[in-house]
Amino acid sequence: MKQIYLDNASTTKVDTKVVEAMIPYFSEKYGNASSQHLIGQEAKRGLEESRHTIAKSIKAKDDEIIFTSGGTESNNLVLKGLFFANEKKHIITTKIEHDSILNTCKWLEKQGAKITYLDVDKGGFVNPEDVENAIGSETLVVSIIHGNNELGTIQNIEKIGEICRAKEVYFHIDACQSYTKVPINVGKQDLDFVTLNSHKIHGPKGVGALYIKKGIKINPILHGGGHEFSLRGGTENISGIVGFAKAVKIIKNSNLKKINELRDKLINEILKIPNTKLNGPKDNRLCNNINISFGNIEGEAIGGYLDAYGICSSTGSACSSHTMETSHVLKAIGLSDLEANTSIRLSLSKFNNEEEIDYVLKVLPKIVKKLRRMSPIK
Amino acid sequence: MQNKFEQYNKEVMKHFLKPKYSGKMKNPDVIGRIKNNMCGDIMEVYLKIDKKTNKIKDIKFQTMGCAAAIASSDVLCELAKGKTLQKAKKIDKKKILEKLRGLPSIKMHCSVLGEKTLKKAIEEYEKKIIS
Ligand SMILES: Cc1ncc(COP(=O)(O)O)c(C=O)c1O
Ligand code: FES
Repeated sequence: MKQIYLDNASTTKVDTKVVEAMIPYFSEKYGNASSQHLIGQEAKRGLEESRHTIAKSIKAKDDEIIFTSGGTESNNLVLKGLFFANEKKHIITTKIEHDSILNTCKWLEKQGAKITYLDVDKGGFVNPEDVENAIGSETLVVSIIHGNNELGTIQNIEKIGEICRAKEVYFHIDACQSYTKVPINVGKQDLDFVTLNSHKIHGPKGVGALYIKKGIKINPILHGGGHEFSLRGGTENISGIVGFAKAVKIIKNSNLKKINELRDKLINEILKIPNTKLNGPKDNRLCNNINISFGNIEGEAIGGYLDAYGICSSTGSACSSHTMETSHVLKAIGLSDLEANTSIRLSLSKFNNEEEIDYVLKVLPKIVKKLRRMSPIK
Repeated sequence: MQNKFEQYNKEVMKHFLKPKYSGKMKNPDVIGRIKNNMCGDIMEVYLKIDKKTNKIKDIKFQTMGCAAAIASSDVLCELAKGKTLQKAKKIDKKKILEKLRGLPSIKMHCSVLGEKTLKKAIEEYEKKIIS
């Protein structure tokens, strides 16, 4: 069966143009970028051109970009790297971060860090005033997810950046979901660190980057042979990095507009089904994110039926998590466990089209009706 | 009865997508309702009981739960239908799992939900009869 892929916040299909750009780096320009010979230098050129592409995309300088194995590593690197290079021990973050931030923070707590987990409002927004009030003399860094992976909430990073600058604390954003969807300008937005990754934007998995503002010292977490300005040891994943840069180069604003239109159509039509509710904000939301609760039926079951119709979705329900725990993000915006269990997330990409959306809109109401007939809660 | 790939097998999917016993029952003799203490989801079974033979004449379920919970509910009803209360009480998660040919390990508790809900319904019925 043809699959309709609406789980692009988890990961995306690699664009064929990206694959084509990567191929020479497996079998022709396969050298080690540290080698002096021709094949090594070809690899080096691929690496540095890619670095330039990524740097330019967020208005950074080339030597402010460190390539990593992805968003998880970049998030680990910035928090652990800062913590172990500084005396200050207080980190401010939010209750709606990705696990790679939350679990790094939990681990750092065991190493002596003090962490403040800021609340968010119903839409998932951090109040910049709360950030300001949480900052003390011991505060090292404020780390905030730019575009939320579950709700699509886009934070007011300009305002938070301004506060951090005024209070002289570092500011990190996790931009894995927002990158290339929302403008990032490290200068204008007062950013000290930015986490980026490739597999959310039709690039390969296992590649990411961390922007580190020039002059800021952090410790490496992977000690090795001096790669990436001695901040990340290991022979560079050149093919992956080249693919990442290619993915950035081929982003078109017209694609974002199309995604946004399809997304709005889906939301508007789904909300016509009785007893449905949009989770997260109406405005300042990532153009590809939908998160909706369907009263009295279970998200994992909705996903199971969608899958049977060839539609890939995801859910914040406890029933589908490895730990049987409700999504911490849905809890943070005030949903009860039962409400969170009724949610599904649909996330679009440039590869979706109107026909697919119409098909989803045809089958989804039927699924909801069927599951509601099966539900003891009315 | 664990499932190596941690996915639902065909039998589970069959009962999940095409359950035979789902829906509300008019005037049941008794209702059993249990909340899944792992995830908070809910299952109800409705029984009609032949007073002379003490057999389950008719059974239906309504479940707000995952695919495993819905499939377990359906299989539970299939196993219980036509059985005496005595025998039906002995239906446990093992029998449900056997019939489903296994569940992913993390979903085992959803089959327990079926066992508990039926037992609760039968106990309620027996209480009602005595009083
Ligand atoms: C917001 C956010 N941060 C971090 C990550 C982790 O990135 P990666 O999968 O590249 O390690 C993801 C996605 O998985 C994400 O959505
Ligand atoms: S009903 Fe929640 S995990 Fe099965």
